[in-house]
Amino acid sequence: MADELERPGGEPVEHEAEPHLPSPTIWPFAFAAGIALLLVGLIINWVLAAVGAAIALVFAFLWIREATREVRRRPVQAAPAEPVSELAAEEEEEEPERYPRSVFLEMSTLGVGALIGGIVTLPALGFMIAPAFVDNQGFDEVDLGPLENFPENQFVIATFFSKTDEGSVGRRTAFIRNNGTQNEVPSFTIISNRCAHLGCPTQPQGLPGTAKKITAANREVSITPVASVSGFQCPCHGGAYDAEGNRTAGPPVRALDRYQYLVRDGDLVLAAPYSVGKVTGEGAKAQIEAYELADPGQHVDGPEQILYPPKFWNSDG
Amino acid sequence: MPKSARRKQLEALVMAPLNWLEERSGLVGATKYFLFRKVPAETNWFHTLGSATLTAFLVQAVTGVILAMYYKPSPEEAYGSIQHITNDLTLGWLVRGMHRWGASVFIILLFLHMGRVFLFGAYKYPRELNWLIGVILLTMALGEGLTGYLLPWDETAYWATVVAININANAPIVGPFLGDFLRGGAEIGEETLARFYSLHMLVIPGGLFALIGLHLYLVIRLGVTEPPWTRAAAGYEFVEDGRGPTRKGLVEPRPRGNGSIGTPTRTEAEV
Repeated sequence: MADELERPGGEPVEHEAEPHLPSPTIWPFAFAAGIALLLVGLIINWVLAAVGAAIALVFAFLWIREATREVRRRPVQAAPAEPVSELAAEEEEEEPERYPRSVFLEMSTLGVGALIGGIVTLPALGFMIAPAFVDNQGFDEVDLGPLENFPENQFVIATFFSKTDEGSVGRRTAFIRNNGTQNEVPSFTIISNRCAHLGCPTQPQGLPGTAKKITAANREVSITPVASVSGFQCPCHGGAYDAEGNRTAGPPVRALDRYQYLVRDGDLVLAAPYSVGKVTGEGAKAQIEAYELADPGQHVDGPEQILYPPKFWNSDG
Repeated sequence: MPKSARRKQLEALVMAPLNWLEERSGLVGATKYFLFRKVPAETNWFHTLGSATLTAFLVQAVTGVILAMYYKPSPEEAYGSIQHITNDLTLGWLVRGMHRWGASVFIILLFLHMGRVFLFGAYKYPRELNWLIGVILLTMALGEGLTGYLLPWDETAYWATVVAININANAPIVGPFLGDFLRGGAEIGEETLARFYSLHMLVIPGGLFALIGLHLYLVIRLGVTEPPWTRAAAGYEFVEDGRGPTRKGLVEPRPRGNGSIGTPTRTEAEV
């Protein structure tokens, strides 16, 4: 048993004699059932979710109480051992008196170290996570060429590059329909192809014609007319939309995003995209519930919108 | 058989540098302790799954370092550099293939190892902490899979990452921030690629190395569990490990091997 002495920080023997095992308890199962009910409720019904949350909370409390019983009881058991605690109290009192300077030096070393560490670390950390808190949905206007390329009351698929310096990654697609004029102002329906579920590219349900390549303002734009479009569908998870971009089936939580637009020197120009909750009506007379652009899958309307808070800072402002 | 003079001379030649190292660092003793520690009598092939996973990770680390010498993490060059590695470089196809398929092997072995630990009840007292570390290791390994998938920069990589980031962006409250953090902005682009590259080959592997070290430390400190079908694990048979009370497997387990560096064992005596 010579090595007994050499053990660096070995466990005391009493530990080995009496291992601490948690007593049998039913609470984790009830807690898990509550969580399961909560998750099912989130899909089916808010009331069910609330009941599940309540069950989970109650049994989590009971479980924690059960699991910590031994820990919480310990001080009561330790109380009878008076001499030991008195000794400890004396030592605690004497310690700062005996080594005031060394304690001060120790603390100040730790403090200065933490300060230096913080000065070095925090800016680097901020640099890393800053993009997450800045609203930087910057969008360069895209010239799509003369209006003649967009026949009235027919959808065309326009493919263009939102950024010219990143290769194919900047490629975007919009479904554009010329609605004629409303109050003598040209009206367009310009729907983004980004699915409002998880961002896959949706396809128009219709008969595509032949693609035409044009160059407008030094940008290549491909324009493909599509006849009799009944709606849009996503190949990834089966999201389906009608011709105005309203969700008709599948997992998407809102309508398809749209682009703002303007007409400049006879050219159709795309401006920043925005998110859409719902569209009522059709074509030039459509009423669009517009919201700030959100990532796919995020609710922009209804009670769920509180789950997706807006950004703190705006990089434009 | 008595040792010949020549053999003694050879032994002295080998031992001299080792003794020099041992005297100054204790590393030889530590290595011996690591390699020749006691294990239960009834271990079997399932106990090798942890080492297999470690080996798979080391293969990923080595092939990844080699690939990083040729890969260019920019939108214009990424896809081309991968094609260059696969088609032009000597044995580039092999190294990339090892990394690409080894990633799946790593994840599969992780799950098999986890299943072994679960079914053997090896996550129970006193090894709960090691199970928790293992769970973190699993999520980090999956993070490696996610970040590595974007790097080939082809259509599959792009759209898989679009969907994966948008799933993250759907998390309540933190979602919008998490999505923009992963993308490095509002859209997937060069920042995303650089970010994923950095996470894939610096941040997550660093964490993996550190936690694997901790994982192994706890394995050495706490020892290996008997399979549940053994008499010792069932509590029928007491195991004498030379120190103090008997060990009764899963019925009344207690920590083993706490800080007993230098304890002579049978295997060590044989060496």
